[in-house]
Amino acid sequence: MASLKIAVTSSDHIEGNEKAPIIFLEYGDYQCPFCGEAYGVIKELQAKFKEQLQFVFRNFPLVEIHPLAKIAAQTAEFAAEYGKFWQMHDLIYENQDNLSLPFLIELNKELKLPLNEYEVALETEKFESKIKEDFLGGVRSGVNGTPTFFINGQRYNGAYQFEDLAAAINQAK
Amino acid sequence: MSKILSAGTRAPEFTLNVTPDQTISLSENLGNPVIIAFYPADFSPVCSDQMVLYNEILPLFRKHHAEILGISVDGCWCHTAFAKQSNLHFPLLADFEPKGAVSKLYGVYRDKQGVCERALFVIDKNGVIAWSYLSPVGENPGADGILEALEKLPN
Repeated sequence: MASLKIAVTSSDHIEGNEKAPIIFLEYGDYQCPFCGEAYGVIKELQAKFKEQLQFVFRNFPLVEIHPLAKIAAQTAEFAAEYGKFWQMHDLIYENQDNLSLPFLIELNKELKLPLNEYEVALETEKFESKIKEDFLGGVRSGVNGTPTFFINGQRYNGAYQFEDLAAAINQAK
Repeated sequence: MSKILSAGTRAPEFTLNVTPDQTISLSENLGNPVIIAFYPADFSPVCSDQMVLYNEILPLFRKHHAEILGISVDGCWCHTAFAKQSNLHFPLLADFEPKGAVSKLYGVYRDKQGVCERALFVIDKNGVIAWSYLSPVGENPGADGILEALEKLPN
Protein backbone atom coordinates (compact mmCIF):
# COMPACT_ATOMS: atom_id res chain seq x y z
CA MET A 1 0.00 0.00 0.00
CA ALA A 2 1.53 3.28 -1.10
CA SER A 3 2.35 5.67 1.71
CA LEU A 4 3.45 9.25 2.02
CA LYS A 5 7.25 9.47 2.12
CA ILE A 6 7.48 13.18 2.94
CA ALA A 7 5.74 14.02 6.19
CA VAL A 8 3.56 17.09 6.43
CA THR A 9 5.38 20.00 8.06
CA SER A 10 4.63 23.62 8.83
CA SER A 11 6.13 24.61 5.49
CA ASP A 12 3.30 22.81 3.70
CA HIS A 13 0.13 24.60 2.58
CA ILE A 14 -2.39 23.55 5.23
CA GLU A 15 -6.02 24.67 5.38
CA GLY A 16 -8.08 24.12 8.50
CA ASN A 17 -7.16 23.01 11.99
CA GLU A 18 -3.43 22.20 11.98
CA LYS A 19 -3.98 19.86 14.91
CA ALA A 20 -6.83 18.00 13.22
CA PRO A 21 -6.62 14.21 13.57
CA ILE A 22 -7.33 13.64 9.87
CA ILE A 23 -4.62 14.83 7.49
CA PHE A 24 -6.19 14.89 4.03
CA LEU A 25 -3.51 15.58 1.46
CA GLU A 26 -3.84 16.14 -2.29
CA TYR A 27 -1.15 16.04 -4.94
CA GLY A 28 -2.77 18.18 -7.62
CA ASP A 29 -2.36 19.79 -11.04
CA TYR A 30 -4.08 23.15 -11.55
CA GLN A 31 -4.95 22.39 -15.17
CA CYS A 32 -6.26 18.89 -14.58
CA PRO A 33 -10.05 18.66 -15.01
CA PHE A 34 -10.31 15.84 -12.48
CA CYS A 35 -8.59 18.00 -9.88
CA GLY A 36 -11.07 20.69 -10.87
CA GLU A 37 -13.95 18.35 -10.09
CA ALA A 38 -12.31 17.20 -6.87
CA TYR A 39 -12.00 20.86 -5.77
CA GLY A 40 -15.74 21.04 -5.08
CA VAL A 41 -15.75 17.67 -3.32
CA ILE A 42 -12.92 18.77 -1.03
CA LYS A 43 -14.92 21.85 -0.01
CA GLU A 44 -17.82 19.55 0.90
CA LEU A 45 -15.50 17.31 2.91
CA GLN A 46 -14.15 20.31 4.76
CA ALA A 47 -17.70 21.44 5.56
CA LYS A 48 -18.58 17.98 6.82
CA PHE A 49 -15.53 17.21 8.94
CA LYS A 50 -14.78 20.77 10.08
CA GLU A 51 -12.05 20.97 12.73
CA GLN A 52 -11.42 17.22 12.48
CA LEU A 53 -9.80 17.58 9.05
CA GLN A 54 -6.81 19.51 7.80
CA PHE A 55 -6.34 19.80 4.05
CA VAL A 56 -2.82 19.86 2.60
CA PHE A 57 -2.05 20.68 -1.03
CA ARG A 58 1.14 19.74 -2.85
CA ASN A 59 2.07 20.32 -6.48
CA PHE A 60 2.07 17.54 -9.07
CA PRO A 61 1.94 19.27 -12.45
CA LEU A 62 1.73 16.98 -15.49
CA VAL A 63 3.53 19.43 -17.72
CA GLU A 64 3.66 17.18 -20.79
CA ILE A 65 -0.13 17.26 -21.15
CA HIS A 66 -0.99 20.41 -19.17
CA PRO A 67 1.26 23.21 -20.41
CA LEU A 68 -0.20 25.82 -18.05
CA ALA A 69 -0.05 23.67 -14.94
CA LYS A 70 3.39 24.78 -13.87
CA ILE A 71 2.84 28.49 -14.30
CA ALA A 72 -0.40 28.17 -12.35
CA ALA A 73 1.53 26.39 -9.60
CA GLN A 74 4.17 29.13 -9.60
CA THR A 75 1.43 31.73 -9.31
CA ALA A 76 -0.08 30.04 -6.26
CA GLU A 77 3.35 29.67 -4.65
CA PHE A 78 3.96 33.37 -5.32
CA ALA A 79 0.70 34.25 -3.62
CA ALA A 80 1.80 32.12 -0.66
CA GLU A 81 4.66 34.54 -0.02
CA TYR A 82 2.02 37.16 0.74
CA GLY A 83 -0.16 34.87 2.82
CA LYS A 84 -2.69 34.40 0.03
CA PHE A 85 -1.98 30.85 -1.16
CA TRP A 86 -5.47 29.47 -0.56
CA GLN A 87 -7.20 32.44 -2.15
CA MET A 88 -5.11 32.01 -5.29
CA HIS A 89 -5.45 28.18 -5.26
CA ASP A 90 -9.23 28.52 -5.06
CA LEU A 91 -9.46 31.23 -7.71
CA ILE A 92 -7.48 29.12 -10.16
CA TYR A 93 -9.62 26.03 -9.62
CA GLU A 94 -12.82 28.04 -9.86
CA ASN A 95 -11.70 29.45 -13.21
CA GLN A 96 -9.89 26.55 -14.83
CA ASP A 97 -11.57 27.22 -18.19
CA ASN A 98 -9.99 30.66 -18.33
CA LEU A 99 -6.49 29.58 -17.43
CA SER A 100 -3.84 31.64 -19.25
CA LEU A 101 -0.97 33.94 -18.33
CA PRO A 102 -3.05 37.12 -18.82
CA PHE A 103 -5.74 35.62 -16.61
CA LEU A 104 -3.22 34.75 -13.89
CA ILE A 105 -1.98 38.33 -13.99
CA GLU A 106 -5.58 39.47 -13.46
CA LEU A 107 -5.83 37.16 -10.45
CA ASN A 108 -2.72 38.76 -9.01
CA LYS A 109 -4.38 42.16 -9.46
CA GLU A 110 -7.55 40.89 -7.81
CA LEU A 111 -5.56 39.72 -4.80
CA LYS A 112 -3.59 42.97 -4.77
CA LEU A 113 -0.26 41.20 -5.25
CA PRO A 114 2.76 43.13 -6.62
CA LEU A 115 2.91 42.53 -10.37
CA ASN A 116 6.59 43.42 -10.80
CA GLU A 117 7.61 40.85 -8.23
CA TYR A 118 5.28 38.34 -9.87
CA GLU A 119 6.95 38.80 -13.26
CA VAL A 120 10.40 38.51 -11.71
CA ALA A 121 9.33 35.35 -9.89
CA LEU A 122 8.17 33.80 -13.16
CA GLU A 123 11.25 34.86 -15.10
CA THR A 124 13.68 33.60 -12.48
CA GLU A 125 11.60 30.42 -11.93
CA LYS A 126 11.75 31.22 -8.25
CA PHE A 127 9.50 28.35 -7.21
CA GLU A 128 10.88 25.73 -9.57
CA SER A 129 12.72 23.83 -6.86
CA LYS A 130 9.75 23.85 -4.48
CA ILE A 131 7.44 22.51 -7.17
CA LYS A 132 10.01 19.93 -8.26
CA GLU A 133 10.48 18.82 -4.66
CA ASP A 134 6.72 18.37 -4.27
CA PHE A 135 6.64 16.37 -7.52
CA LEU A 136 9.52 14.05 -6.65
CA GLY A 137 8.17 13.50 -3.15
CA GLY A 138 4.87 12.57 -4.74
CA VAL A 139 6.49 10.11 -7.14
CA ARG A 140 8.30 8.46 -4.21
CA SER A 141 5.03 8.25 -2.29
CA GLY A 142 3.30 6.38 -5.11
CA VAL A 143 1.36 9.26 -6.63
CA ASN A 144 -0.10 7.71 -9.77
CA GLY A 145 -1.81 10.64 -11.48
CA THR A 146 -3.89 13.64 -10.55
CA PRO A 147 -5.50 14.04 -8.17
CA THR A 148 -3.93 11.58 -5.77
CA PHE A 149 -5.14 11.73 -2.18
CA PHE A 150 -3.47 10.52 1.00
CA ILE A 151 -5.52 10.05 4.17
CA ASN A 152 -3.27 10.07 7.22
CA GLY A 153 -0.34 9.10 5.03
CA GLN A 154 -1.97 6.22 3.15
CA ARG A 155 -2.72 6.58 -0.55
CA TYR A 156 -6.46 6.54 -1.25
CA ASN A 157 -7.37 4.29 -4.19
CA GLY A 158 -11.14 4.75 -4.43
CA ALA A 159 -13.48 6.97 -6.41
CA TYR A 160 -13.38 10.75 -6.08
CA GLN A 161 -17.06 11.13 -5.25
CA PHE A 162 -17.97 12.77 -1.94
CA GLU A 163 -19.56 9.62 -0.49
CA ASP A 164 -16.53 7.45 -1.19
CA LEU A 165 -14.01 9.93 0.21
CA ALA A 166 -16.16 10.67 3.26
CA ALA A 167 -16.46 6.96 3.97
CA ALA A 168 -12.71 6.48 3.74
CA ILE A 169 -12.11 9.45 6.03
CA ASN A 170 -14.59 8.06 8.55
CA GLN A 171 -12.77 4.75 8.50
CA ALA A 172 -9.47 6.47 9.18
CA LYS A 173 -10.75 8.31 12.26
CA MET B 1 -2.18 -17.61 -7.85
CA SER B 2 -0.16 -15.12 -9.82
CA LYS B 3 1.70 -16.44 -12.82
CA ILE B 4 3.70 -13.26 -13.24
CA LEU B 5 7.37 -13.95 -13.89
CA SER B 6 9.43 -13.27 -10.80
CA ALA B 7 12.80 -11.71 -10.10
CA GLY B 8 15.74 -13.89 -11.11
CA THR B 9 14.02 -15.17 -14.25
CA ARG B 10 15.53 -14.34 -17.61
CA ALA B 11 13.22 -11.90 -19.37
CA PRO B 12 11.70 -13.61 -22.43
CA GLU B 13 12.83 -12.08 -25.71
CA PHE B 14 10.21 -10.49 -27.93
CA THR B 15 9.80 -8.38 -31.04
CA LEU B 16 6.72 -6.18 -31.33
CA ASN B 17 5.52 -3.46 -33.68
CA VAL B 18 5.78 0.15 -32.61
CA THR B 19 4.46 1.44 -35.91
CA PRO B 20 3.20 -0.69 -38.78
CA ASP B 21 6.73 -0.67 -40.29
CA GLN B 22 8.97 -0.57 -37.22
CA THR B 23 9.58 -3.15 -34.54
CA ILE B 24 11.39 -3.11 -31.23
CA SER B 25 13.05 -6.14 -29.69
CA LEU B 26 13.92 -6.49 -26.04
CA SER B 27 17.45 -7.59 -26.98
CA GLU B 28 18.11 -4.20 -28.65
CA ASN B 29 18.22 -2.74 -25.15
CA LEU B 30 20.69 -5.22 -23.64
CA GLY B 31 23.42 -3.39 -21.76
CA ASN B 32 20.99 -1.00 -20.06
CA PRO B 33 18.12 -1.57 -17.66
CA VAL B 34 14.67 -1.83 -19.24
CA ILE B 35 11.36 -1.05 -17.63
CA ILE B 36 8.30 -2.76 -19.12
CA ALA B 37 4.87 -1.44 -18.20
CA PHE B 38 2.05 -3.74 -19.31
CA TYR B 39 -1.33 -2.01 -19.21
CA PRO B 40 -4.87 -2.84 -20.30
CA ALA B 41 -5.71 -0.15 -22.85
CA ASP B 42 -4.87 3.21 -24.36
CA PHE B 43 -7.27 6.13 -23.79
CA SER B 44 -8.46 5.54 -20.26
CA PRO B 45 -10.60 8.54 -19.35
CA VAL B 46 -8.47 10.03 -16.60
CA CYS B 47 -5.32 12.06 -16.12
CA SER B 48 -4.44 9.33 -13.63
CA ASP B 49 -2.97 7.45 -16.49
CA GLN B 50 0.08 5.29 -16.01
CA MET B 51 1.70 6.17 -19.32
CA VAL B 52 1.19 9.90 -18.71
CA LEU B 53 2.83 9.53 -15.32
CA TYR B 54 5.85 7.64 -16.65
CA ASN B 55 6.19 10.26 -19.38
CA GLU B 56 6.63 12.94 -16.70
CA ILE B 57 9.21 10.83 -14.90
CA LEU B 58 11.37 9.93 -17.90
CA PRO B 59 14.29 12.09 -16.69
CA LEU B 60 14.39 10.05 -13.47
CA PHE B 61 14.43 6.76 -15.39
CA ARG B 62 17.15 8.06 -17.70
CA LYS B 63 19.35 8.94 -14.74
CA HIS B 64 19.61 5.17 -14.35
CA HIS B 65 20.19 4.76 -18.10
CA ALA B 66 16.90 2.88 -18.20
CA GLU B 67 14.47 2.88 -21.07
CA ILE B 68 10.77 2.25 -20.66
CA LEU B 69 8.49 0.33 -23.00
CA GLY B 70 4.70 0.37 -22.70
CA ILE B 71 2.86 -2.75 -23.89
CA SER B 72 -0.86 -3.30 -24.42
CA VAL B 73 -2.91 -5.34 -26.90
CA ASP B 74 -3.95 -2.19 -28.80
CA GLY B 75 -2.82 -1.97 -32.43
CA CYS B 76 -0.16 0.42 -33.74
CA TRP B 77 -2.55 3.03 -35.05
CA CYS B 78 -4.26 3.27 -31.69
CA HIS B 79 -0.86 3.58 -30.01
CA THR B 80 0.17 6.31 -32.42
CA ALA B 81 -2.96 8.33 -31.70
CA PHE B 82 -2.65 7.83 -27.94
CA ALA B 83 1.04 8.69 -27.90
CA LYS B 84 0.32 11.85 -29.87
CA GLN B 85 -2.55 12.92 -27.60
CA SER B 86 -0.52 12.34 -24.47
CA ASN B 87 2.73 13.69 -25.92
CA LEU B 88 4.56 10.49 -24.98
CA HIS B 89 8.31 10.32 -25.46
CA PHE B 90 8.76 6.56 -25.13
CA PRO B 91 7.54 3.69 -27.32
CA LEU B 92 4.25 1.86 -27.00
CA LEU B 93 4.41 -1.68 -28.32
CA ALA B 94 1.46 -3.53 -29.84
CA ASP B 95 0.97 -7.01 -28.38
CA PHE B 96 -1.66 -7.33 -31.05
CA GLU B 97 -1.00 -10.39 -33.20
CA PRO B 98 -0.99 -13.06 -31.94
CA LYS B 99 -3.11 -11.30 -29.35
CA GLY B 100 -1.43 -11.09 -25.96
CA ALA B 101 1.40 -13.44 -26.91
CA VAL B 102 4.10 -11.46 -25.12
CA SER B 103 1.89 -10.72 -22.10
CA LYS B 104 1.31 -14.47 -21.80
CA LEU B 105 5.07 -15.10 -21.89
CA TYR B 106 5.41 -12.75 -18.93
CA GLY B 107 2.42 -14.24 -17.13
CA VAL B 108 0.36 -11.06 -17.24
CA TYR B 109 -2.51 -11.70 -19.66
CA ARG B 110 -6.12 -11.59 -18.49
CA ASP B 111 -7.75 -14.27 -20.62
CA LYS B 112 -11.39 -13.43 -19.92
CA GLN B 113 -11.02 -9.74 -20.68
CA GLY B 114 -8.48 -10.14 -23.45
CA VAL B 115 -6.18 -7.40 -22.12
CA CYS B 116 -2.91 -7.21 -20.21
CA GLU B 117 -2.80 -6.82 -16.47
CA ARG B 118 -1.25 -3.70 -15.01
CA ALA B 119 2.17 -5.22 -14.43
CA LEU B 120 5.65 -3.77 -14.12
CA PHE B 121 9.03 -5.33 -14.77
CA VAL B 122 12.49 -3.93 -14.21
CA ILE B 123 15.00 -5.93 -16.25
CA ASP B 124 18.69 -5.53 -15.54
CA LYS B 125 21.31 -4.82 -18.20
CA ASN B 126 21.98 -8.54 -18.59
CA GLY B 127 18.39 -9.32 -19.44
CA VAL B 128 17.35 -10.79 -16.08
CA ILE B 129 14.19 -9.65 -14.32
CA ALA B 130 15.30 -7.74 -11.23
CA TRP B 131 11.81 -6.85 -10.01
CA SER B 132 8.23 -7.45 -11.04
CA TYR B 133 4.92 -6.29 -9.69
CA LEU B 134 1.31 -7.15 -10.46
CA SER B 135 -1.09 -4.36 -9.58
CA PRO B 136 -4.49 -5.16 -8.06
CA VAL B 137 -7.27 -4.77 -10.64
CA GLY B 138 -8.20 -1.14 -11.15
CA GLU B 139 -5.19 0.20 -9.30
CA ASN B 140 -2.56 2.30 -11.01
CA PRO B 141 0.73 1.24 -9.38
CA GLY B 142 2.59 4.53 -9.87
CA ALA B 143 6.34 4.71 -10.20
CA ASP B 144 7.80 4.36 -6.71
CA GLY B 145 8.36 0.60 -7.06
CA ILE B 146 10.17 1.09 -10.36
CA LEU B 147 12.49 3.73 -8.92
CA GLU B 148 13.30 1.63 -5.87
CA ALA B 149 14.10 -1.34 -8.10
CA LEU B 150 16.33 0.77 -10.36
CA GLU B 151 18.20 2.08 -7.34
CA LYS B 152 18.90 -1.44 -6.15
CA LEU B 153 20.46 -2.52 -9.45
CA PRO B 154 24.21 -3.09 -9.26
CA ASN B 155 26.20 -0.65 -11.40
